[in-house]
Amino acid sequence: MPDASRWLRAHLWLVYAFLYLPILVLMGLSFNRGGMPTAWTGFSTAWYGKLIASPQIVSSAVNTLIVAAVSTAIATALGTLLALGVERRRQSNALDALLFAPMIIPDIVLAISLLSFYTLLGFSLGLHSIILSHVVFNIAFVCAIVRTRLKHFDYSVVEASIDLGASEFTTFRRVTLPMIWPGVLAGAMLAFTLSVDEFIIAFFTAGPGESSTTLPMRIYAMIRFGVTPEINAMATIVMLFSFTLVLASQRIGKGVVTGS
Amino acid sequence: MLRGVRDFRRAGRGSNMTPRLRSWLLMLPGIGWLTVFMIVPCLIVFFYSFFERGVYGGIDYIFGFQNFERAGEPVYRTIFLLSARIALEATVIAVLLAYPAAYAISRAPKERQTRYLLLVMLPFWSNYLIRTYAWIVLLNRAGLINRGLAGMGVIDEPLPILYNEFAVVTGLVYNYLPFVILAIYASIQRMDPALREASEDLGASGWTTFRRVTLPMTLPGVAAGAVFVFVLSIGNFITPDLLGGGRLQMVGNLIYDQFLSARDWPFGAALSLILILIMTLLLFAQAMAVNRARGEGRRADA
Amino acid sequence: MSAAPVMALERVTRRFGRVTAVDGVSLELAEGEFFALLGPSGCGKTTLLRILAGFEAPDEGRVMLDGKDITGLRANRRPVNLMFQSYALFPHMTVWGNVAYGLEMEGLPRAEIARRTGEILELAELSDLAGRKPDQLSGGQRQRVALARALVKRPRVLLLDEPLAALDKKLREQMQLELKRLQHEVGLTFVVVTHDQEEALVMADRLALMDAGRVVQTGGPRDLYENPASRFVAGFIGVSNFFEGTTAAGGLATEAHGLLRSAGEGAPGRPAAIMVRPERIVLAAEKPADHNGALGEIADIAYHGNDLNLHVAVAGSERAVIARVGAADETASRWRPGQRVWCCWRPEHGRLLTE
Repeated sequence: MPDASRWLRAHLWLVYAFLYLPILVLMGLSFNRGGMPTAWTGFSTAWYGKLIASPQIVSSAVNTLIVAAVSTAIATALGTLLALGVERRRQSNALDALLFAPMIIPDIVLAISLLSFYTLLGFSLGLHSIILSHVVFNIAFVCAIVRTRLKHFDYSVVEASIDLGASEFTTFRRVTLPMIWPGVLAGAMLAFTLSVDEFIIAFFTAGPGESSTTLPMRIYAMIRFGVTPEINAMATIVMLFSFTLVLASQRIGKGVVTGS
Repeated sequence: MLRGVRDFRRAGRGSNMTPRLRSWLLMLPGIGWLTVFMIVPCLIVFFYSFFERGVYGGIDYIFGFQNFERAGEPVYRTIFLLSARIALEATVIAVLLAYPAAYAISRAPKERQTRYLLLVMLPFWSNYLIRTYAWIVLLNRAGLINRGLAGMGVIDEPLPILYNEFAVVTGLVYNYLPFVILAIYASIQRMDPALREASEDLGASGWTTFRRVTLPMTLPGVAAGAVFVFVLSIGNFITPDLLGGGRLQMVGNLIYDQFLSARDWPFGAALSLILILIMTLLLFAQAMAVNRARGEGRRADA
Repeated sequence: MSAAPVMALERVTRRFGRVTAVDGVSLELAEGEFFALLGPSGCGKTTLLRILAGFEAPDEGRVMLDGKDITGLRANRRPVNLMFQSYALFPHMTVWGNVAYGLEMEGLPRAEIARRTGEILELAELSDLAGRKPDQLSGGQRQRVALARALVKRPRVLLLDEPLAALDKKLREQMQLELKRLQHEVGLTFVVVTHDQEEALVMADRLALMDAGRVVQTGGPRDLYENPASRFVAGFIGVSNFFEGTTAAGGLATEAHGLLRSAGEGAPGRPAAIMVRPERIVLAAEKPADHNGALGEIADIAYHGNDLNLHVAVAGSERAVIARVGAADETASRWRPGQRVWCCWRPEHGRLLTE
C-alpha cells in the first residue's frame, strides 16, 4: 500500500512538527536580543547571563536540585526494595492498585491531601515537606520500572548463587543488584527528572518564602505575574537538562523510556 | 569434604526465613511510606469533605453532606460538565492524531522504531509549565502563529486563539499526545503480524484488513490511552489556569481556589472526592471492557 | 549397599497445598555412583532433587549426608551442588567469574581459587573462553561452564536437572557418554533427573523410577528392563508387549492363545499379563513346542536402519505385538505385510505381572 504509507509518514512528520515547534520557538527566542517574539533583533546570550546573575533564580534552582536528589535517593531505595518484594509474590490486584495509585491520582488532589495532612499534624512546611511529598510518586514510578525489569529476570541464577554457597545478602549484592542495576539507575534518572519538573505538589507543600521555592514555582510566578525574557533562557536550560537525563536513561536502561 | 561436615554442625535447624516473610520485609518501607504519605492524607481529605468551613477559615467538625449537595448546584455542575467536555474533546483529538502516528512508527524499519518513539516521548519529559508557556508564546495576538498567518496573507486581524477553550484543548492535546502514541504503539506491536497476512491472503484489501482486523485488535491500547488522557485532563489545573486566562474554570481550578483563595477546605475536599470517584469509575469500566474483550477472544479460540 | 551411603532420604514427604509431590520416599545413594531419577512429568523427581539440594524442605522425613541429619541445613551450606536445567549462568560475569564464584564463597585464598579455576577450565576445554560472557557462548559451551562451576567445588554429590534436555538428538547421545565418562574420572556421586528412559538406561549405574510421588522400583538398568516390578515399569522402560489373561496353574490362561506358560506364579484366578520384550519375540511359520505363541498377521514393517520392527496384529490384543529383528538376520527379508505368522517366545523370557 504505497499511498497509505506516504500519507502515514507525512502525518508522523506533522506530529513531530507539532510536538517540537513550541520547544524550538522557545529555544530560538532565548537567543533573541529583543527577547520578544515580535521581532528578531539579533543573536545574543544576554538572557542567560541575566539568569545566572539573579540570586532568586539560582537559589530556586539549587533548591530544586536538592529536593530532586534527596527524594530520588530515598524513592529509588524504597521503590527497588518494593519491586523486589512484590515480584516474588503471586499477582495481587490490591497491591497493584496501591502501587499505581500515586501515578493516577490527579496531582492537585495529592497536593491538597498532603497539605491537609501536614497542617493537621502541625508539621512545619519547607523544602523537607516537598521532599517527603515527592518521594510518594517517585516510589511508585521507580517500583513500576524495576518491576518491568524483574519480569524478565531468570530467578534460577539466585538459586544458583545460593547453591554455590552464598548467603542471601551476598547473593543480592553480587548477583541480583548488578543484574537489575541498569534498570534501577535508569528509573532513578527519570524520577529525578520528574521531581525537577514537578510543580503542583511543590507549590502546595512548600513553606513560605524564598528558602523553599523551587524552580517550577518560580517559573509559574514569572508566567503568571509578568513574563520577562529570561524565562525563555531558563526554559531552554531546563528542557535541555531534562532531555539529556532522559536520553542517558534510555541508553543505560535500554529502552526504559520507550518501554521496549 | 570435611568442610561440609564442619558447617552443618554450626548452622542448626531451620534458620531459613520463609519467602513470604522476606517479601513482606522488602515491601515494608515502601508500603509504609505510601501509607503514611498517601493513604492517610487521602483519608483525611475524605473525612474533611463531610465537614464545614469554619468562620475564620478553619474546620468546623459538623458532620453532613452539605458539601456534596453544594457540588450539585447548577454553577458547579456546569463546571464539571465543562471539564468533562473539554477533556473529551482533548481525548478524541489526541486519539485521532495518535493512531496514525503510532501506526506509521510500527511500519517503519525495526531499527528506527525505537528512535522514533524516543523522539515522540522526549517532549513529554520536559517541564509541564514550560510546555504550556510555549503555547502562550505561540498563540497570543503577537505570537508566531498569528504573525505567520498574517504574513502569509491568510488573515487580516489576529485570531483570538489564546485564553479560551481552543487554547486549553490544544494545550491538553499537546501535553498528553506522546503518551497516547506510546500506548497505541504498544498495542499494535502486541498484535501477531500473521493475522494481518492471513486477512490479506484471504482476499481483503489493505483498508479492509485495517478496519476489520488491526483496528479491533488494537482497541484495548487505544482505550487505555484514551482513559489516561481523559482522566489526566479532567483534573488538570495548570493548562486551564495558564491558557484559559482565568476565564475558564475547570474542576482543577475550582479545587485550587478552595484551598488558596476561598479557604473552604472541606468543599475543596468534597470536589476532589467527586473527581476521584469519576476517575475510579472510568478506570473500572475500562478494565471490565478489556476483560470482556479478552474473555470473548478466549471463547472464540476454544 | 556394602559401604555407608553418601546421601539418604528417609520417608521424605513434600506437599504443595493439596498436592503431594513426594510421598514417603526413601532412597540411598552410594558413594561414586551414577544415579538417575526417572519418571513422567509431574512424578515428583524434580521436587526430590530440590530437596536433596536444599531448596525445598520436606514436610516429613529426613535427609542424611554421610550419616548426619542435614534436613534443616540450608542450600548454601550443603556440600551438594546443582546444575540447573537452564544453566543459570550469571550474565554479568565472565566464564572465569562464574566458575570462581563458588570458591570465593568458601573463603579460600586467592591463589588457590585461581589455581583450581584454571585447572577445571583446562579440563573442560574452556580456557580460551575464560574472558567471555555467557551471551557470547554457544549452548554446548554454556553447559560446560555450568558443569565446571558446580564441579570445581568438589561437592559430595552433584545433582543435574535434565542436563541434556536442551540438546538435539545426536549431541544428546554423545553427551550421555561424555557425562558418564566424566563421572568416572572425577569419581563423584552424580544424581541426574530425566524423563527420557533411554538416557537413564545408558548413563546410570542405578536408577529409581517414580510415579505420582512414589518410587516404584529401584535397581540397575538391567534389573528394571528385564525384571520390571509392575506394568507401569514395564511400560515406561523400553518397549513392551502385553498378553492379557488370568493367572492359572503353570502360567496365564488367555482367551485367544490358550495357556501361556510362565515362570512366575501368583494366586490363581487373578487378572494379569505376561510382558515380553520385542527382541525376545521370534517369528515363525510354525510354533515350536517349547515356546509360547500367539498367531497373527503382519500389519506393518518399520525399518529402522539397524533393525526392523514388525507389528503383528494378534487376536485378543488391541495393540499390535512388536517383534524386533536385526537387519543382519537372514530371516529379516522374508517377511511381508499380510503374512500370517506365529509370535513365539521361550517361557523364561516372559514376565508375569499382576499389577
